[in-house]
Amino acid sequence: MHPDEPTPDQIYSEQVYRKMGLNDVEYSLVVELLGRKPNLTETGIFGVMWSEHCSYKNSKPLLSRFPVDGPEVLQGPGEGAGVVDIGDGYAFVFKVESHNHPSAIEPYQGAATGVGGILRDIFSMGARPVAILNSLRFGPLSNNEPGNASTSRTRYLFRRVVAGIAGYGNCIGVPTVGGEVCFDECYTGNPLVNAMGVGILRHDQLQHGRAEGAGKSVIYVGSATGRDGIHGATFASEELNKDSDTKRPSVQVGDPFMGKLLIEACLEVYESGAIYSVQDMGAAGLTCSSTEMSDKGGVGMKLNLNLVPQRAENMSAYEIMLSESQERMLFVANPGREEEVFAICKKWNVPAVTIGHVIEEPVLRLKHHDETVAELPLKTVCGSTPIYQRESKIPEGVLERQKQSALTWDVPEDLFSVFQQLIQTPELSSKSWVYQQYDYMVRTNTSVRPGSDAAVVRVEGTDKSLAMSIDGNSRYVFLDPKTGGKIAVAEAARNVVCSGGRPSAITDCLNFGNPENQEIFWQLEQAVSGMAEVCNFLNLPVTGGNVSLYNETEGKAIYPTPVVGVVGLIEHNVQTTTLFFKNTGDVLLLLGDTKNELGGSVYQHMQMGKIFGIPPELDLEKELTLQQAVLESIRSGNVLSAHDLSHGGLALALLTSCTDDLGVSIDWKIDLRPDVALFSESQSRILLSVSPKNAASVESRMRQKKVPCVRIGKVVSGRFDISLDSFSIIQSALQPLRDLWQNAIEREMEFPV
Amino acid sequence: MRCAVLVFPGSNCDSDLYKAANSVEGLEAEYVWYKSESLDSFDAVLIPGGFSYGDALRVGALAARAPVLKALRGAADSGIRILGICNGFQILTECGLLPGALHRNSGLRFICKTTPLQVVNTDCQFTTGYKKNSVTHIHLPIAHGEGNYTCDSETLRKLEDNGQIVFRYSGNNPNGSVANIAGITNEAGNVLGMMPHPERAMTKWMGSEDGRILFESMRH
Repeated sequence: MHPDEPTPDQIYSEQVYRKMGLNDVEYSLVVELLGRKPNLTETGIFGVMWSEHCSYKNSKPLLSRFPVDGPEVLQGPGEGAGVVDIGDGYAFVFKVESHNHPSAIEPYQGAATGVGGILRDIFSMGARPVAILNSLRFGPLSNNEPGNASTSRTRYLFRRVVAGIAGYGNCIGVPTVGGEVCFDECYTGNPLVNAMGVGILRHDQLQHGRAEGAGKSVIYVGSATGRDGIHGATFASEELNKDSDTKRPSVQVGDPFMGKLLIEACLEVYESGAIYSVQDMGAAGLTCSSTEMSDKGGVGMKLNLNLVPQRAENMSAYEIMLSESQERMLFVANPGREEEVFAICKKWNVPAVTIGHVIEEPVLRLKHHDETVAELPLKTVCGSTPIYQRESKIPEGVLERQKQSALTWDVPEDLFSVFQQLIQTPELSSKSWVYQQYDYMVRTNTSVRPGSDAAVVRVEGTDKSLAMSIDGNSRYVFLDPKTGGKIAVAEAARNVVCSGGRPSAITDCLNFGNPENQEIFWQLEQAVSGMAEVCNFLNLPVTGGNVSLYNETEGKAIYPTPVVGVVGLIEHNVQTTTLFFKNTGDVLLLLGDTKNELGGSVYQHMQMGKIFGIPPELDLEKELTLQQAVLESIRSGNVLSAHDLSHGGLALALLTSCTDDLGVSIDWKIDLRPDVALFSESQSRILLSVSPKNAASVESRMRQKKVPCVRIGKVVSGRFDISLDSFSIIQSALQPLRDLWQNAIEREMEFPV
Repeated sequence: MRCAVLVFPGSNCDSDLYKAANSVEGLEAEYVWYKSESLDSFDAVLIPGGFSYGDALRVGALAARAPVLKALRGAADSGIRILGICNGFQILTECGLLPGALHRNSGLRFICKTTPLQVVNTDCQFTTGYKKNSVTHIHLPIAHGEGNYTCDSETLRKLEDNGQIVFRYSGNNPNGSVANIAGITNEAGNVLGMMPHPERAMTKWMGSEDGRILFESMRH
């Protein structure tokens, strides 16, 4: 034992276990399971493995509502990432994960290692990573007080998070092809950084993480272990407070160069057939990988911690096991093939060393300096995590807020200036300042770049592509978690449909506050039930994801923020569709019903400075027929552009579909207030452009399917003109509006007032 | 024509360059590991973009001292064509096969987008195809954090006098490079370094086919 370490008795009497994330009841359970008091290393292992991040102890009962199976699912939840068949012998691998807490403390490294972590999940399955997406949330970039401390910090966080994603993703050579960024007061103290990775493999390349077969060598591969990130998973499962800055040592430091070498080395090792199984060392590092691999295989592991490559001196067993140093993997080698693994790793300059063996007895046995420093039956660490059935209670104010009318103001006199203001809000303006910092083209398979509804990446060696999107609107979820949860899934799927893809499966990241608070748990329960309902209805299995709870600062929780990543299959590359208009004279068709639905809308927030009422309603039947009808039209070759209507309603959808030259001329007969018509965020709506000769055929398909479809205008050159009921609302040259929209975030970030 | 695609630790556009070259009739690309000591069997050398050695020390600095560099210098002297793209350009300036240096972008941010370029010299060994097709204004993607080309005024004068400036940014200069330089050759004209990525502009679905002409020009 390390001389400075507290003894098992001191851990008990001084309640040291609390610092490691165990509460009194959990600690007592550990003592009962072991029949003795655990030492420091063992207590640390329980602390991380029983954290929410690793055990889902608060969310498991809810997550069981998600469908996880489907005819195309090759691997559901439980391994590094989900795997879904796309035919021709290929499959895609994908997952989303949060890195919220580290990014709040050290935004560059927090975001960078978020990207590194999700990529390791992807290539630990045997896949080559082909795309990164991300979903980011920050506080407002500005308010009415110049130099306001919280907005300065927000701009710092935003700038550094984007730089961190760029720094890691660009260097490792995986394109960052899409994502979303939203801004709201609720994220000021607790920004969200969710990263999604997508990979492609041939079926025969699929790897697993089961350690089986006593005597097989356990090989440590990658960067040396340091003192960074110790207890990161536990830290991620706590609320942030004013002392959180002292947790900087809990933030890992990324090395994308090593990440790149590690990808190439791993893929080459897999191809050689020299290893039996593999898992990455992510959250809870060596602890999580060794215990989970053993537990999945029903075996144990004996590890000599002195053999673990270390970059700091005199590391204790506790530190070695709890470190979250990046760019590390754990292999179980096939018998007699160790030297092949070493040779390939050496070629790529990646350290690789045998640190122990698989043993029959299902026990994690750790030696350090010839002493046994841990002896833990795996069923105590992995199978005995207490699962909490949390109580829920509807939060105060929810019902009152829902009862309020969402529209409490008169039609603004100058709607054109409202529109100009709206398109410059960070929520709605172009995110080009963000995505131009990401290399979204490397690997030369990106056929639809950031800025469309979904990004599209071609599958090399086939005529297929993957459409991918990540989405979530927390304002809706805050007003009504169930409807908000439904919309999150439906909209992400709709994005993929608009790109010509059939949604195959989803991955989700549930960012919520402290689940021990009954009101927060109510949000979680409601949102998950809404999401699950849509997943079941649209046949979208959830193949994996991540739960990030305790997103609170000084007792104030973020809006409940489920983020949904969807990947869909485009059967033939020619069906790939973007939102951009193609030719002057093309006919614009608006599909779906536009209603007076402004609860939680960007327009409402801009007008009133807050949100209230109920979010737009979602009718699942209508959503499904809309998605089917649009996909059929795209496949029949009649659709030139397709764009989901969401944030900012029709007005924003029209503007974002314009190109430098192609604008619109709209005259729409609609029985609604003009501001409602333009900015309502009613669901299940899509804007299509079609050539005049094909318009009738698309319209007739929509009639057949009973999808509301109306001609609202046409594509014209250089203008942005909108009339409602022949009454002119906006008459403008296109370019000035595009400039306002295109450069709003850049102005905010580079030239703040 | 056999083309070597050099692979350094951290190269990440190697497979893009390999695919691009192999898609052009008459070109045949093969990967060559950075430890290789000979390039004798090749008719051209392509140095890909990426982050060789993780940009440690200085972009391109360590790759410029890798084992294969000896063979690369020999190849340059022998007059075969050498094309360095992005990090490849940085490596060529670091090892002295091209003059000048590449600094951080003036905006201090990595920038990825398609940008308009002017083909200034359509008579060089890499650009005759542009002349043949009467194309001098093209679009190619850029993706770099350190593409701000700089050199002293004497060097700049030489570059201009000798027609060594092959590409210039024709819209807004994205990185602050001197004289809007996007790509230059050595004096002999057989070594080209450029920040834009022609291998990312090979077919219509990539958004531009203007890069293909460069590879096609290399055959002659």
